[in-house]
Amino acid sequence: MNNQRSLFFNVDWFIILTYLTLCIIGWFNIHAAVYDPMNPSIIDLDTNYGKQLIFIISAFIIGFAILLFDNKFFNTFSPVFYGITILLLILVLIIGRNVGGNQAWIPIGSFRLQPSEFAKFATCLLLARYLSSGTIKVQEFRTQITAAFIILLPTALILLQPDAGSALTFSSLILVLYREGLSGYFLVIEGLSIVLFVLTVLYNKYVVLVGVIALAATLIYFYRKSRKSLTIIGSGFLFSVLFIFSVDFAYNKILKPHQKNRIDVILGKVNDPRGIGYNLNQSKIAIGSGGLWGKGYLQGTQTKYDFVPEQSTDFIFCTVGEEWGFAGCFLVISLYLFLLIRIVNIAERQRSSFARIYGYGVASILFFHVFINIGMTIGLIPVIGIPLPFLSYGGSSLWSFTILLFILLKFDSNRMGII
Amino acid sequence: MNSFFARKFVVQGIFIAITIILLMRLFYIQVISDEYILSAENNVIRRLPIYPARGVILDRNENILVQNEPVYDLMVIPREVKPFDTIEFCNLIGIDKKGFDRRFKKARSYSPYKASIFEKQLSVQIYASFQEKLSNFPGFFVQNRTVRRYPDSIAAHFLGYIGEVNQKVIENSKGFYSQGDYHGITGIEKSYEELLRGQRGVQNLMVDALNRPKGNYADGKYDTVAVAGEHMISSLDKDLQKLGEQLMKNKIGSIVAIEPSTGEILSFVSSPGYDPNLMVGRQRGNNYMALLNDTYKPMFVRPIQAEYPPGSIFKVVNALVAQQFGLINENTYFFCPGGYRYGRQGFMGCTHVHGSIGLKGSITESCNTYYGYTYARMIDQAGMRPVNAYKKWRAAVSAFGIGTALGIDLPGERNGLLPTSDFYTKRFKNDRWGSAFTISLSIGQGELGITPLQMANVMAIVANRGFFYKPHLIKAIGDENVIKEEFLKKNSAGIDPAYFDVIIDGMSAVVNQPSGTAWYSRIPEIEMCGKTGTVQNPHGKDHSVFVAFAPRENPKIAIAVVVENAGFGATWSAPIASLMVEKYINKKISRPKAYMDRLIDANLLPGSAKVIRKQDSDSTRNKTVLTEARVKSNE
Repeated sequence: MNNQRSLFFNVDWFIILTYLTLCIIGWFNIHAAVYDPMNPSIIDLDTNYGKQLIFIISAFIIGFAILLFDNKFFNTFSPVFYGITILLLILVLIIGRNVGGNQAWIPIGSFRLQPSEFAKFATCLLLARYLSSGTIKVQEFRTQITAAFIILLPTALILLQPDAGSALTFSSLILVLYREGLSGYFLVIEGLSIVLFVLTVLYNKYVVLVGVIALAATLIYFYRKSRKSLTIIGSGFLFSVLFIFSVDFAYNKILKPHQKNRIDVILGKVNDPRGIGYNLNQSKIAIGSGGLWGKGYLQGTQTKYDFVPEQSTDFIFCTVGEEWGFAGCFLVISLYLFLLIRIVNIAERQRSSFARIYGYGVASILFFHVFINIGMTIGLIPVIGIPLPFLSYGGSSLWSFTILLFILLKFDSNRMGII
Repeated sequence: MNSFFARKFVVQGIFIAITIILLMRLFYIQVISDEYILSAENNVIRRLPIYPARGVILDRNENILVQNEPVYDLMVIPREVKPFDTIEFCNLIGIDKKGFDRRFKKARSYSPYKASIFEKQLSVQIYASFQEKLSNFPGFFVQNRTVRRYPDSIAAHFLGYIGEVNQKVIENSKGFYSQGDYHGITGIEKSYEELLRGQRGVQNLMVDALNRPKGNYADGKYDTVAVAGEHMISSLDKDLQKLGEQLMKNKIGSIVAIEPSTGEILSFVSSPGYDPNLMVGRQRGNNYMALLNDTYKPMFVRPIQAEYPPGSIFKVVNALVAQQFGLINENTYFFCPGGYRYGRQGFMGCTHVHGSIGLKGSITESCNTYYGYTYARMIDQAGMRPVNAYKKWRAAVSAFGIGTALGIDLPGERNGLLPTSDFYTKRFKNDRWGSAFTISLSIGQGELGITPLQMANVMAIVANRGFFYKPHLIKAIGDENVIKEEFLKKNSAGIDPAYFDVIIDGMSAVVNQPSGTAWYSRIPEIEMCGKTGTVQNPHGKDHSVFVAFAPRENPKIAIAVVVENAGFGATWSAPIASLMVEKYINKKISRPKAYMDRLIDANLLPGSAKVIRKQDSDSTRNKTVLTEARVKSNE
């Protein structure tokens, strides 16, 4: 308790160091991505890497400012943040700028604000506040419905932009609910859904159906003695059948052609390196040509000569892969893993369940971004446009991740204090 | 802490599992698979070929026969094309809107990112007016290339032509050729392809995603320069060739002139010919089809591909062989009653009743009877079975370069025909045949096929008194004037030089004696020695043949002229040859203009395609007729 006032002593410096390292790696790679060998320059504030330097510095300032806030501020005002965010999300649909097919930006002077980025920490905060309030139990259906509403309201608004990538981010919050007691079956159902989805899109739905029936029959045979197991298998079977038909319907009737195409390309249903698969193919080529040790800083030909689109934002990992090779990728991914494990550990050491729940929210959202973004650049999952935390170019995303992370650091620095 | 604390490990476990999956995938695409490294190079490196200039071909006096001329291909990169005034564009390059759409579609389906040819070989005028307005048409640019150009439009068969390589050639070239390259298809262009084509260079350029050049790859470390093809000095005399083509206008036939002391071919006319420039440029395809479908077959290289029974000029060969065998000499006389009787009822007519005639006279007056006797001596009275005597005779004739290709440096040379003894044994179903069965060979008719080149070569042998150099078209290659070894080798015809005097006397008299058959073709101040011949043509009017060399002492030129369907050798072939000889030796022609005009203006082409086809079907029947029946006329 002596250290209660010594703010910086209590801050988790491991996280701050990791955070800074990732930001600096990001800055160098953005420099490499926009580097023009015909016209080299180090610092130019008109370029992306010049601007990113300003973003990094300002993000750091915002981060430290957060540490100076009162501890109760975020808990108390979480409904306000959430409300403002929802208003902004509605506003962006009305007055937003349309960039690349997504109505996601509110122009403020020369900057453009992306409300969906800020929806992440606002949602985390409100979810944490709701779940940490006295008598709440996640196992109860009422709680599940309310929690789902908190998560799905911003998700739905973001889907209207339409920005499927950012909307999907919120699905990661199921990990938070799981930690707070949600049945493990929900995780299993989510996993099962993904597998069934892929199989249904790839093969004829009846083939998948036959497979599901065969699997269910086998399971029923082995667990025929246990009534409880039979109930679970039966409901799982029913779910699967319904899911297959709804996926089939959604895929063929609801999805827009370009969304269908993206799924088709990633699942290998169509091979079209010049068309819709161009981004993915070029991204894989850039990373794959990096080899073990990479081509060296500023030596990447694929990224330098613009073969990879969006290479300083969503596809920044290509530059890492091409210029720093597997070694560089290993380092970056290890840093992320360290960050995630550390955040979970920090969350668990909080006395207040509000801080713990929020911590899990931070971990879930960061995890989702890292996994989806890197997975997308190496062709593991469909191309979903979401940034790589701390590395990708862009003020809104860097600030939002910084705020997300530093609020947790703030809670952590006060963990010894009285709640 | 609460009751679900342990779930922390599940969450962290998920993080670790996903991390491992990501790293495994990265390890696979970055370290294990090299597919992506190759794709990256394909992405960024453009190997631009640098085309070498093809070797220039000169005539023997180093006048240019074929050279390279720049042309301008209009290229397009479909992706970089922005809206522009299509009508203006079409007017500039002379195409319509439909043609534009078709070309553009083709280019886009080839690649939206890479340059492809929009229109080949713009003329200089179109290029100039287009270049001015190039900035109005983003995505289009002009690439220059060279094509062959023939300043005098002569010697098409001799030079040959070049064309785009086909798939088979590309596969067989072990990577030398690629799509769109040109190679020699006929003539010198083909036979010296490997020297003429030069060495292609490569520039490794780095490009960005929009195919914009971004400088040299690895500072040009892997670049190579183009090496131009070797230039060739041919044996052809440009002025002589020009005259020859002029004289052969509207006639079917050949002229071959050889320098006896070297074997260099001075003139190589195949008629009807074509302008070699037709095989270049945008109309090439149409021109090619028109030439291919032409009734008179202008693509046929007659000097080395047409075979004729030589007719009376073959008497020269028989006279020399018989002397070498010791069966006749300059004092051998035979009695000519107007024909030669052989076998039980055979009779080979002669043009005149010559009475008692000697060897020299037999050449000058072309007495068939004399050669009937001579041939009978060689086959029936050689002290061996006639079949073996024939073999010996055949070997001696072969030494003149008859019956096998001479090995000229042109593709497509034919062997001709000099039947083996087995051929006759098979035909007569036993080997007890004698001179009577093959008597037409004595006067150069029957189953003989000799190309005009072989005829000219026989004259070179007579001019040299017993030897020849392989006839060839290229006398010096490249800056060091290399000549192929094989062309320096002296080939013997196996005849003692002493036996030539009497023959040459006879041949001189053919031209220079008022009673000679070619008196009309004598050349003032030059003693030309020649022999006329008429080749029986079962398809129509006989072919006119004349062979000669000049001057008698220290000969400079040996020549063979064949004019198809022209009748007697003396009427058409001999005057043509005499003009050629005079032109070559004196560099000018002393005969009156009317003399030449008669030859140039004459149209000796057979009437129409229809007639020829009808006669063709007749000829198949005629071929089965035995030799005896075919002996008819000579001079």
